[in-house]
Amino acid sequence: MTRYLARKVFIYLVTFFVAVTIDWAIPRFMPGDPIERLLSRMQAQPGSAEVLSDYYTKAFGFDVPIWEQYLNFWAALFHGDLGLSIANFPTPVTELIMGALPYTLALLVPAILLSFWAGNKVGALAARRKTLDNTVLPASYVLTATPQMWLGIVLAWVFASTLAWFPVSGAYDLGLQPTWSVEFARSFLHHWILPFSALFLVAFGGWAIGMRNMIIYELEADYSNYLGALGAPTKLVRKYAYRNALLPQITGLALALGAVVAGAIVVEIVFSYPGLGTLTLSAIQNRDYFLIQGIFLFLITGVLIANFVIDIAYVFIDPRTRVGMQGGP
Amino acid sequence: MPVSDQRDVGVVTPGAPAPSLDASAPGSTPGVPPGSAQRSEFVYFALRNWKFVLGAGVVITFLAVALFGPLLTDHTPLEFTGPTDQPPSADYWFGTTSFGQDVYSQFVYGLRAAFLVGAVGGGIAWLLGATVGFTAGYRGGAIDDVLNMLTNVVLVIPTLAILIIVAAYLEVHSYATEAVLIGLTSWPWAARAVRAQTFSLKTREFVDVARLSGRSTRQIITTEIGPNMSSYLLMMFILLFGGAILIGASLDFLGLGPSESISLGLMMNNSFLASALLLGSWWWFLPPGLGIIAVVGGLYVMNVGLDEIFNPKLREK
Amino acid sequence: MSVRVDGLKVYYQTLHGDVKAVDGATFEIADGEIMGLAGESGCGKSTLGKSMIRMDARMRYVEGHVDLDGAELPIWDDSKMNAFRFREVSIIPQYALSALNPTRRIGTMAAELLASRDVPVDTVLPELKRRLRLVGLSEDVLERFPIELSGGMKQRVVMVLSSILDPSLLIADEVTSALDVSTQRAVSELLVEFRDRGFVKSMIVITHDLSVLYQIADTVLVMYAGKLAEKAPAETVVNAPSHPYTQLLLSSLPEVGVRYSEKRLTGIPGRPPSLLDPPTGCRFRARCPLAFAKCADEPPFAEVGAGHSAACWKVAA
Repeated sequence: MTRYLARKVFIYLVTFFVAVTIDWAIPRFMPGDPIERLLSRMQAQPGSAEVLSDYYTKAFGFDVPIWEQYLNFWAALFHGDLGLSIANFPTPVTELIMGALPYTLALLVPAILLSFWAGNKVGALAARRKTLDNTVLPASYVLTATPQMWLGIVLAWVFASTLAWFPVSGAYDLGLQPTWSVEFARSFLHHWILPFSALFLVAFGGWAIGMRNMIIYELEADYSNYLGALGAPTKLVRKYAYRNALLPQITGLALALGAVVAGAIVVEIVFSYPGLGTLTLSAIQNRDYFLIQGIFLFLITGVLIANFVIDIAYVFIDPRTRVGMQGGP
Repeated sequence: MPVSDQRDVGVVTPGAPAPSLDASAPGSTPGVPPGSAQRSEFVYFALRNWKFVLGAGVVITFLAVALFGPLLTDHTPLEFTGPTDQPPSADYWFGTTSFGQDVYSQFVYGLRAAFLVGAVGGGIAWLLGATVGFTAGYRGGAIDDVLNMLTNVVLVIPTLAILIIVAAYLEVHSYATEAVLIGLTSWPWAARAVRAQTFSLKTREFVDVARLSGRSTRQIITTEIGPNMSSYLLMMFILLFGGAILIGASLDFLGLGPSESISLGLMMNNSFLASALLLGSWWWFLPPGLGIIAVVGGLYVMNVGLDEIFNPKLREK
Repeated sequence: MSVRVDGLKVYYQTLHGDVKAVDGATFEIADGEIMGLAGESGCGKSTLGKSMIRMDARMRYVEGHVDLDGAELPIWDDSKMNAFRFREVSIIPQYALSALNPTRRIGTMAAELLASRDVPVDTVLPELKRRLRLVGLSEDVLERFPIELSGGMKQRVVMVLSSILDPSLLIADEVTSALDVSTQRAVSELLVEFRDRGFVKSMIVITHDLSVLYQIADTVLVMYAGKLAEKAPAETVVNAPSHPYTQLLLSSLPEVGVRYSEKRLTGIPGRPPSLLDPPTGCRFRARCPLAFAKCADEPPFAEVGAGHSAACWKVAA
C-alpha cells in the first residue's frame, strides 16, 4: 500500500515538475519580446524607452541567464510569488488571481458536483426505463456535443437578452459591493444561474450517457445474474449495480476536470463573469505573459491536486485496487 | 463523461461516450484472417442499425455542405459585401454580420475548417495514442512503465491550458497548425484506452495459440490482434475527431486560432464581441453552434451504432 | 417424486429464428437422488438446468411442465418463480467464480441477500458459518472481499450460499469444469456430502465430464442436440450403455494408463446438427454407425430396462 502511494506521489511530482517547466518555458522560447510589446503600447519616447526597457528587464528578471531565471522562478514559486502582471504593472499576479478565483470556484464546484450527481442519477434511471432512455439518451448526446460557450450565448440570448429574466453579464449588480448581505447574495445568485447552467447542462449530458452505459454493463454482470437467480429483488441488484458503476465514473471525474475548467473559462468570458476566464482573456489580449502563466500554473496545479486526491480516495473505495497494487500507476 | 469498464479504470474524455471495451471485429474467429465474409456481415448489420445510419448520415450531409456549400454562393466569408445585421433573406441565406459579411459563406467555410481540424487533430492524436498505447500494452515491462508514465503526465495536464499558453505565443496562422497542436495534446486518453484493450487481447487464448504455433510477432499483430483491435481503433478515431472539433472551437472562440480565415468558433467569437446576442442577430451565432452539435453529435451517435454492430451482445434488444 | 419434468421445450430467440435448445425433455428425479446431466457443448444441458430456475433474457418457454415436490414451478413467469428461487430451487452457476459482487464483503452481501428474501439473518448466520467450516473455509471469509479469495475458495462459498436455505433441488452447472483434477474431486465430494447431510434433497449436476458423474451421480441423463438420449443409473451408463451416442462418448474418453501411440483416440466423426433447423428423425442419425431406415422417424425416449430409458430404435425392441 505504501509502495503504491509512494509511486503515485512520485508520478504526480514528476507531472507537476513537467507542467511547471512547460508553463515557464513556452513564453521564453516563443517569438516576440514582451517588453518591446509593453513599451510600444506605452508609446514611450526613444530616450525614455531605453530607460524603461532596462527597468522592466530588471523588474521581470530578464537580465540574468536563462537557467538562473528558471531557478529564480522555482524559488519565487515556493514563496507563492507568481511575478508581476505586465498589463497591470505593478500588481502581483497572485493578487489578481486571488481576486478572480472565488468567482470561478463559485461556478466550477457546484457545476461539477451537481452535474455529476444528477447526471449519474438520471443515467441510472434511463438504464432501466425504456421510455426514459429514449428521451434522455438523445438529449444527452446533444448536450455532450454542445460547445459550452455557445450554450452560454444561447442561454444569455434567450433568458437574458430576450426574456430579461436574468442579467446578461457580471457576477453582481453594478451598484453593489461584495458583502455578506442578503441583497448581495440575491444579486449574486441572479447573475450566477445562467453561466452555471451552461456548464451544468453540458457536463450533465456526458455523465448521464456514461452512467447509463455502465449500469447496463453492471446489470448484465455475473454477480447481478447470480442475485437474480437466487430471487433477489431488483432493488438490491440495482443498488449493487449503481455502486459498482459509480467507480469508473469517479475516475472519469478526475480526468474530466481539465475539460470542465476549460469550459468554465469560455463560459465566464461569455458572461463577463469576473473569474479566471475573463482574466485569461484580457491577459491574452494584452499579451500579459506572466499573468497567463500564473493563471495556468494555478489551474494546472489545482487540477493535479484534485486528480491526486481522487486517485488516492479511489484506492479506498474500490477493494479491487488493493490487490493489484504492484502493477502500474 | 465516457466510461470504462473495470479492466481499465478511468478511460475518459470529456463529453464523449467511450466504446465498450468488449468490442471485437464482427464474427471474428480466432486465427481466421478478416475476409470478405466479415466485411459483408459488417455491412449487413451496419445498414440495419439506425444509430449508425443516422449519425453517419448527418456527418456525411454536413461534410457535403462543407465541400459543396461554397460553390452555391457568390459571396465569400470575409468580404464586407452587404448590408449589416440583416436577417436571412433570399440574397443572404443566413443573413449578414455586423460588418456586412455573408453568414452562410462563413458557415460553410467554417465547416470546412472544422472538418480539417477534426481530421488532422483527431488523426494525429489517434496515431500517437494508438502507437504509444499499443506498444505499451503489447511489450509490457519497462517499456510499458516508461510510456505509461509519459501518458499519465500528459494526461493530467489540462489540454486547453497548454493549448492556450502555446497558442497565445505562437500565433497560429493555419488550421492545420492548430490541428497539429490539438493532436499533440489530446493523445493520452486514446493511449490509455488502446493499452487496456491491447492488454486484454494479448492474454486471450488465440494469441497464445498463434505464438505456440510459431508465428512471428509481426504476424501475430497483423492477423490475430489487428482485426480485433481495428473496430476499437475506428471508434477511437471517431471520438478523437469529435473531440478535436470541440477543442478547436474553444481555441477559436478565445481568439487563439487563425484570424485570417474563418471557423465556427471564430464566428461565435466575432458575433459575441459584436454584441450579436444583445442585438438579437440569432442568425449569426446560432448556426456555428448548431453545426458543431450536428457534426460532433452525429459522430458520437454513429459511434454508439458502431459499438452495437461490433459487439453482438449489444445487438439483440 | 421430488422432481418431475414433462415435455419441456425451451428455445432461444435469435435474429435468424428459434434455436431449439431443449426440445422435449421428460424425466423424473427421486428424493435424495443426484442426477448427472451430461452431453457435448451446445446439447442443451445448461439451458435445461437454467430454465428450471431462471430464464435468460433470450430464452423462450414454449411448453412443458416442471413439478417440484408435487407443486408446479411457474418457470414461464419470472416474478412468480421468485417465491421458489433460493428456497426450493437453487443454483450453483457456471460463472460461480465471478458470481460474488467484487466490491462488497462476502458476509455483507450474503446478509443483504438473505434480508432481501425475508430470511432472518441472525438465525441463518450460525448455520452459514458452520457450513463454511464444513467445506474447509474459515469464518472470516465473510469479512473478505471476493478478490482476496482463490478460485476454489470462491467456488465453495457459492456452494454454501446457494444451498443455505436447504432447497429441494440444487442445480450445479459445470461446477468442476474450471478446476484442476484434485480440486474437482474435492468439490464433487462436497456435493455428495451436501446431499448426504440433507442440505439439499435432489441435485442435478450438469457437466460434460462423465468421469466426474461416475463418481458422484446416482443416475445420469445424456442429452444430444436438444433431445434426451439416455437415462440410467450411473453404473449402467458407464458400463453398459444402450444408446450408440453414449457408447461412442465413452469409447472416446481417454483412458488413464493407455498410451495413444498404440491405440488412437477415436472421437465421434462429424458434428452435432444445427439447432436452428434440426433434422427430422433421430438427431444422431448422421453420425450414428448403427443408423438404419427407421431412424428417419424420431425414436421415443422409451424405457428399456429398470430405471433405464433410451431414445433409439435399435434398443427399443
